[in-house]
Amino acid sequence: MARIELTVDGGKVSDDVEPRMLLVQYLREKLGKTGTVIGCDTSNCGACTVHLDGRSVKSCNVLAVQASGHEVTTIEGLADTHEGGDLHPVQEAFRECHGLQCGFCTPGMIMQAVDLLAENPTPTEAEVREGMEGNLCRCTGYHNIVKSVLHASSTTAGGAR
Amino acid sequence: MTAVEDRPDTDASSAKEIGRDRRRKEDQRLITGRTRWTDNIALPGMLHLAMVRSPFAHAKIVSIDTEAAKAADNVVTVLTGADLGEAQGVCINAWAITTEQVTPTHVPMPTDRVAFAGETVAVVVARTMAAARDAAELVDVEYDELPAALDLKKSAADEVLAHPDLGTNKSAFWKFDSEEAGTGGNVDQAIEKARGDGIVIEREYRQQRLIPAFMEPRSTVVDPTGEQITMWSATQIPHILRFALAATTGVPESKIRVIAPDVGGGFGGKLQQTPEEMITFAVARRLGKPVKYTETRSESLMTAHHGRDQWQKLTLSAEKDGTVTGLKVELTADLGAYVSLVGGGVPVLGAFMFNAIYKFPAYQFNCQTVLTNKTWTDAYRGAGRPEATYAIERLMDELAAEVGVDPLVVREKNWITHEEFPFTTVAGLEYDTGNYEAATEKAKASFGYDELRAEQQRRREAGDRVQLGIGVSTFTEMCGLAPSRVLGSLNYGAGGWEYASVRMLATGKVEITTGTSAHGQGHETAFSQIVADRLGVAFEDVEILHGDTQISHRGLDTYGSRSLVVGGEALVRAADKVIEKAKPIAAHLLEASVDDIEFSAGRFGVRGTDQGLAMAEIAMAAFAAHNLPDGVEPSLDSDATYDPVNFNYPHGTHLCAMEVDTETGGVLMRKYTCVDDIGTVINPMIVEGQVHGGLAQGIAQALWEEAVYDDSGTLVSGSFVDYLLPTSADTISFDVQHNSTASTTNTLGTKGVGEAGTIASTPAVVNAVVDAVRHLGINDIQMPCTPERVWRAIHDVRGSGTTDTEGAAMPHFDESTGMQGTTDRTDGANQ
Repeated sequence: MARIELTVDGGKVSDDVEPRMLLVQYLREKLGKTGTVIGCDTSNCGACTVHLDGRSVKSCNVLAVQASGHEVTTIEGLADTHEGGDLHPVQEAFRECHGLQCGFCTPGMIMQAVDLLAENPTPTEAEVREGMEGNLCRCTGYHNIVKSVLHASSTTAGGAR
Repeated sequence: MTAVEDRPDTDASSAKEIGRDRRRKEDQRLITGRTRWTDNIALPGMLHLAMVRSPFAHAKIVSIDTEAAKAADNVVTVLTGADLGEAQGVCINAWAITTEQVTPTHVPMPTDRVAFAGETVAVVVARTMAAARDAAELVDVEYDELPAALDLKKSAADEVLAHPDLGTNKSAFWKFDSEEAGTGGNVDQAIEKARGDGIVIEREYRQQRLIPAFMEPRSTVVDPTGEQITMWSATQIPHILRFALAATTGVPESKIRVIAPDVGGGFGGKLQQTPEEMITFAVARRLGKPVKYTETRSESLMTAHHGRDQWQKLTLSAEKDGTVTGLKVELTADLGAYVSLVGGGVPVLGAFMFNAIYKFPAYQFNCQTVLTNKTWTDAYRGAGRPEATYAIERLMDELAAEVGVDPLVVREKNWITHEEFPFTTVAGLEYDTGNYEAATEKAKASFGYDELRAEQQRRREAGDRVQLGIGVSTFTEMCGLAPSRVLGSLNYGAGGWEYASVRMLATGKVEITTGTSAHGQGHETAFSQIVADRLGVAFEDVEILHGDTQISHRGLDTYGSRSLVVGGEALVRAADKVIEKAKPIAAHLLEASVDDIEFSAGRFGVRGTDQGLAMAEIAMAAFAAHNLPDGVEPSLDSDATYDPVNFNYPHGTHLCAMEVDTETGGVLMRKYTCVDDIGTVINPMIVEGQVHGGLAQGIAQALWEEAVYDDSGTLVSGSFVDYLLPTSADTISFDVQHNSTASTTNTLGTKGVGEAGTIASTPAVVNAVVDAVRHLGINDIQMPCTPERVWRAIHDVRGSGTTDTEGAAMPHFDESTGMQGTTDRTDGANQ
């Protein structure tokens, strides 16, 4: 067992974990942060995307021990990172543009989109499509996901965080 | 971009709800991570399961040694099929397509023999998921490998038996003949005549095996500690699942509660009673503790049912001018190792759709279902209708090429004109409404059809390396499954009705229960809009409850584009009963005659006066029950069970432009336009989302997806590394529009939409790819149209003048390892 201490969605947590435990397992099983989900076992789908020190990572690709000493933000804490309103502008954009259907890929999509817009506040459609490539969705055909990201870009002029 | 782009979400409170782009009620939870996926559920003392699965496609189980696994830390027990015995129940087939159908018994965990790679032979129960999976590695199973039936055509010839004790792989043969049915002429005569003085198009198409690949892996939690055993499961069909659990385990139906909580997509893939659900149920009962099983993605791709997988032999006869005189269809359909819940019914659902929107005088459909040692197959978005649509829409393009006219010309020559509805087809269905001419005109204009044809011509003449192709698909489908009498006549095991109830709460709020079970479709929003209009209450005051047999005790669940057209009609009828129950109370309170009470916009008024009471006031009066007319019960609550009188028939014109690089075989989508007629639209935003997603899945069949097995029966596309789901970078924004004619088969005038995009798009894309290279002598490329296949088609035809396309992928073992073998993509279309 290894001792880890980290900040998750603004709260300090510490636990003894198996060194092999993945960050996504730690979030779900130890912290009950079930908003972050597991969609595959090969890091393809991106459903588990969270932010580690403000950058998107697939939390199935990070060991819990690697997150020790760092700051993790999940979909459950995203709105708190934004001043004003109950929702982060990217969350609001996904609802406004119908960027989700079953909603399973959505936490990962939103976390990835926030990171994409932080890096490139005014992306073209092609840049959005390239930037979201690591996140799979089976419901939307991506049409409205792309539209959501572009909408968020336009409503915040890129000031997504 | 789509027509929805600039449409505002109007806030005018007087606006009717139906037709509004209401933002979805369900989204607030989903975008903030407040979700209830089955795998999120944790109960006190809950134990975790891991399955031990066969690596062989076909093998005798010689022995199973569980001692080492049982001795591992935190393992509670390890159980085999022999340990569970009859308590594990069986997986049922609800649709024996003939009374003579050969159906192997499907025990969730077999004891003597496995019939496909991935079948469960033992289950480990442990305190944590990690401990269970670790211990599963310690279970030592000795197998005696048997020859496996893998190739569909060879299996159909009984070369190797998938289930030796059955003596054959042929499960059932199903036939429809228009002459025998009295709906048309003799197809063989039509073909014979055309061989003399007309055109005969003969083709064989391959519907490759696909994997539904819903994003949420399947998960099941069973809690046996209450009076009812509660099962949460990632399923589309909580009601059917409860029935199957009760029918096969001996546990009374009244002792079982099934809940489908948040379910992350299905597409038919969660329309099943799975071995894993049965095993989880049995283990929980045996141990008396809550247990959970959640599959990995690899397990999901390997063992959750697959879709499609057919060979289609097709003969189309026509006069020289392109007027079709007959169509004969001979299908061979792969069931996989077992006959699943719907099983052979999937190709039969396509039987009525090969004639599509056309007036064919003669038609015959033959289908042989075949058992193999592969993963079982069942419904996948469209279920039978995409296969039919692909076949006929590909053939119509071939016919146009033969006649030498534009593909739309040959379609127009044969389609039902809008004045001819209602129209009884050669397959015996009555199409209620549609307007193929209008949808096509609208699609052509938006697509820029004539301009793109001109560009295509220019690029051909210039000999461009990248050629342009234009694909057409004028599809229809039958949806809204289904009139119970029709299902009965097809030997299906259940009906096709749907249930809804309306609970009028004292505070004026409304709770709706529906027997449909949404998993991403947005029923909570669309159904609220329907109820708000019908009862004149606020959209926000309606709560839609579903997916729990204790809350919505009756229902036949969600599949086959049925929820709105069947479930929505049940909702309308239940709401109308509420109004009828409220009228005598309103009359009593208003001291008027019931005959003078008029209901409009949520208010019961007295004709000719300004007196009236709101629905909420009647609800409160019924609740208080202090002053009700004699003999009137103190409740407005109502319910309705609706059995549809007919299917309904959405249609549309889909146009696709593809660019094909003749040197690399690479293909690129340039534009996709569709104009669909899905009748009255409740929520345009949700409808367009359904179309987008459907299009992507149909396009993916045309270009990317294929479940590939090696020659020992191992699924080699068993992860998202190998099974190619499209990403945002692979797809484009679609041009989605509507041309609606109201259906006459339900009150709201709606038609199904969930499957339309998938059904229509596959042939549009392949037609476009073939159209781009047809001038090179190519008339078919097998799906998925990978760069390799396109390149081979171009180069083979240049060399040999044949149109064979290569099926097999390259050897996937490195020879230096001493292993050998190639993938088992079935060979080219002319085989």
